[in-house]
Amino acid sequence: MVEVPSTAPRAAPATRRGPAAWVGQIILYGLFALTIGVFSHWPPYHHLSGDEALVKLSIVHAGKPVSDCRQRTPEELAKLPPNMRAATNCPRERSPLVVELDIDGKPAARMSAPPSGLSRDGASAVYRRLPVAAGEREFAVRMRDNARSAGFDYTLERRVTLKPAQVLVIDFDPHRGTLTLQ
Amino acid sequence: MSLAAAPKLWRRLEQLLDRALGARANPIRHLGALAFLAFWLLALSGLWLYAVLDTSASGAYASIEALSRVPWSIGGVLRSMHRYGADAFVMLTALHLLRELLHGRFRHFRRFSWLTGSALLPIIAVSAVGGFWLNWDRLGQFSATATAEWLDALPLLGSTLARNFLTTANVSDRLFSLFVFVHVGMPLLLVFGLWFHIQRITRAEVFPPRPLAVGFLATLLALALALPIQSQGPAQLASIPPSLAIDWFILFAHPLMYATSAGLVWAIAMVGFLALLLLPFVPTRIARPTVAVVDPDNCSGCQRCFVDCPYAAITMAAHPSKRAGHQIAVVDVDLCAGCGICVGACPSSTPFRHIEELVTGIDMPQQALTTLRSALRQRLQQHAQSSPHDAADTGPIVLFRCSQGADASAETAGDVITLPLICTGQLPPSFIDYALRDGAAAVVVATCRLSGCTYRLGAQWTSERLSGAREPHLRAAYRDAPNVMLIEADAGENREIDMGLTTMRARLTQFKATSV
Repeated sequence: MVEVPSTAPRAAPATRRGPAAWVGQIILYGLFALTIGVFSHWPPYHHLSGDEALVKLSIVHAGKPVSDCRQRTPEELAKLPPNMRAATNCPRERSPLVVELDIDGKPAARMSAPPSGLSRDGASAVYRRLPVAAGEREFAVRMRDNARSAGFDYTLERRVTLKPAQVLVIDFDPHRGTLTLQ
Repeated sequence: MSLAAAPKLWRRLEQLLDRALGARANPIRHLGALAFLAFWLLALSGLWLYAVLDTSASGAYASIEALSRVPWSIGGVLRSMHRYGADAFVMLTALHLLRELLHGRFRHFRRFSWLTGSALLPIIAVSAVGGFWLNWDRLGQFSATATAEWLDALPLLGSTLARNFLTTANVSDRLFSLFVFVHVGMPLLLVFGLWFHIQRITRAEVFPPRPLAVGFLATLLALALALPIQSQGPAQLASIPPSLAIDWFILFAHPLMYATSAGLVWAIAMVGFLALLLLPFVPTRIARPTVAVVDPDNCSGCQRCFVDCPYAAITMAAHPSKRAGHQIAVVDVDLCAGCGICVGACPSSTPFRHIEELVTGIDMPQQALTTLRSALRQRLQQHAQSSPHDAADTGPIVLFRCSQGADASAETAGDVITLPLICTGQLPPSFIDYALRDGAAAVVVATCRLSGCTYRLGAQWTSERLSGAREPHLRAAYRDAPNVMLIEADAGENREIDMGLTTMRARLTQFKATSV
């Protein structure tokens, strides 16, 4: 073995000490704090412009059955198992919900929502967000929940003064059977 | 600049911070551990906040707002640290993922960790966003409504979730129970997920080095004191707040959705998530590593390889000899990284054994230990024959270097015998002893930087073995010998090795001059 004197460090240290390391750490932690501090608040987000309001058209309603109940014929009844021989057969499928919204006489939304569920026997749901300019607006809402009728089963016309940032909700009250604005 | 340059740039940044701060204080070497620390900070501060939170729609806002009324109160500071900790957690997690991606650490034996880590991302997102709802201020109102509208874009739901936030009357205490579940239940799920994430790595770094931990927590505390988090007014569903101080780390998807569409945000989220999950399965030219092979006749069952394996790829089983208590190491081929750290740990891996073919307890077929010994002998003999009477010659320097780390441009110099290893952890310390006795004037071992080892623990084990802190250790006589040098140099840091070799030459020259 060759014996030689030591003159140099063996390996780079895992932890640096001294002013340079302290300055480096202060800069690094400062940048970290700055990044977190800034982007957890800034820049501010403006969901609507200053003179806008928001109309939310949201209705959940089960349409009427697509057809009437009917009486089964004796032949149909005979084909059924004895425990299932109900004389009246009512279809489960419901009508789709058709909703139209006009704002100031102009069409703003036209929607047709199918009934939910595998047998299409659940409620239909419509949801639409419509930013509109604040001020006095004329709303006309029409809804059809019966595929067998030609016109609209429910209508509502109302003049509303919207403030900036106001949320106007258009809904359907199933208890009173009317469209509502709130 | 092409994408291909990104890994190189990242590595340069790591090396720059290593030089400035040292590896232990370099945050981008410990991103996963820092994220763990942030998570525990969130858990502890969250417990406090949960204790004071009124979990009702009408009382939640007032209960949290009360914390901010007293400046610099424990509750107020903890609330701010909880929020800033969440931002830090999200940022650190994203950087941790980016680092592993840039280092290409998602294939083969790392697939499990990659997949379990990626699977945590949706849980983290849900946990983080849900925290804003519990406060039920205007930001919480905005986030809850936006999230509901985003979920409603899926065709699967029969009704619209957003109807829960149409009017104040719609927001019930039962809905708040759901909020609590989201923000408390999901983090609990995250704990289990994190546990899975580190299952296939041994000695997972779940706590950063103390200086880093102290610096991290002190920074968040200073931020909480200097810029305390304030609520943005109680939720009012009848109006939209004109301006929101939004947390862009966590809530960035809401503005993105309103600027584009819910469908696009879903597409980005799903495509991104699927890409992360499929990435380890993309065909590559990078071959699966050749795994370690155990030789039953030479395996004593000492468990050193089992202890040192960085990926828990080795288990101990009953030895085929069936001798009572006699065990044998068994390598799981799916988990083995092929790093050879087990070879360096094996007590049978000593080159002093008087056998023609050096067979050890566990070995790497692609670079068997006997090949390394033969190469070392041959190169030392060649050097002795080529310069037997050269007065200027101070003797050969044997350089054991990691193939994953820096290269030596001085390799071509006549006085340096370079022997590349898969990882320096593969080097049994007795090879240093052997080289010096067989004619080497000095031995330089070049590892990757601490915390920068491709195989996680190779640099650390090498350092500990050479300093005598870990078995098998370097003989005491050589531990502080000036002609034995350990250098930390990552890929690209060739200069570090060159400088080390220059230093070693100077030492040898100085010695020769003084001994004449």
